[in-house]
Amino acid sequence: MASSRRGLPEINAGSMADIAFLLLIFFLVTTTMDVDTGIARKLPPMPEEELQDEDPQIHAKNIYVVLINTNNQLLVEGELMDISQLRDGAKEFIDNNGRDANSSENPEKAIISLQNDRGTEYMTYIRVQNELAAAYNELRNKAALNKFGERYANLNKTQKKEIRKMYPQKISEAEPKNIGGDS
Amino acid sequence: MSKFRKGGKKGMPAISTASLPDIVFMLLFFFMVTTVMRETTLFVDVLTPKATEIKKMEKKSLVSYIYIGSPVKRMQASYGSAARIQLNDAFAEVSEIQEFIATEREARDEKEIPYMTTSIKADETVRMGIITDVKQELRKANALKINYSTRKGDY
Repeated sequence: MASSRRGLPEINAGSMADIAFLLLIFFLVTTTMDVDTGIARKLPPMPEEELQDEDPQIHAKNIYVVLINTNNQLLVEGELMDISQLRDGAKEFIDNNGRDANSSENPEKAIISLQNDRGTEYMTYIRVQNELAAAYNELRNKAALNKFGERYANLNKTQKKEIRKMYPQKISEAEPKNIGGDS
Repeated sequence: MSKFRKGGKKGMPAISTASLPDIVFMLLFFFMVTTVMRETTLFVDVLTPKATEIKKMEKKSLVSYIYIGSPVKRMQASYGSAARIQLNDAFAEVSEIQEFIATEREARDEKEIPYMTTSIKADETVRMGIITDVKQELRKANALKINYSTRKGDY
């Protein structure tokens, strides 16, 4: 009788924090927070056999040839080049607009042709891809600032489309060859 | 002034810990929402190369991963140290990629198939030969959207 008058005893909630901590630590251990980042690329579709001889004619001067060999050295337009110079070289080529007769006519026609060896290190390949993407991004940023007074990333969809049309990112990868041997 | 003196004599009252569970639960929910469960156990060592011009990957449910690297130490006795491909939870050969893409597609809604991306998570020391083979297989499987997984960082 005495206990019913006092009412139910309060449940001790002191260990609630411990339980919650336990759960928290479990989730901390089993989950990852890393956001996946990377360079997005689109592969060309497999060539269909019937269409093979309908290659569009591209002037050699509109192609910027980048070769990477087994020793991770770069041959750009027939000349040995250090990776650190590739960005400026590519920018100059894309934004030539016919100034140099041996370089691209305009950014829309400029194509970068990338070819690597089977023995090339992945790190070098990604670095080259990165430098080429950076060259395009810098040119797009410049055009966006000139035209809309904003950086490319801050533009709206139609404005982005317009800039992309001015500087289409054309990076072509040739079919792989095995020159320097594997491994 | 006397008010203050009175309080000082009583000593510090115990700080209530009643809201501690609430705080911890809040942290718990934060982590539950922002993180993802580890899905695969890696059998290959992957340290992705650094790059600056990177984009965040969106729609993680539509991404399939291909891991490329040399097997981890404890697997090297049976698999050697040459670079290998890992799909899901097992080592795989290049020829199995098309099948892998097909099963990944079956698991998704038909409408989502064009937005599916394949993320290549390769170690920076891997040679391009194996990656070129993987890319060729992806082209054959018509999985053309790819992403070279990289870390953020400058050279």
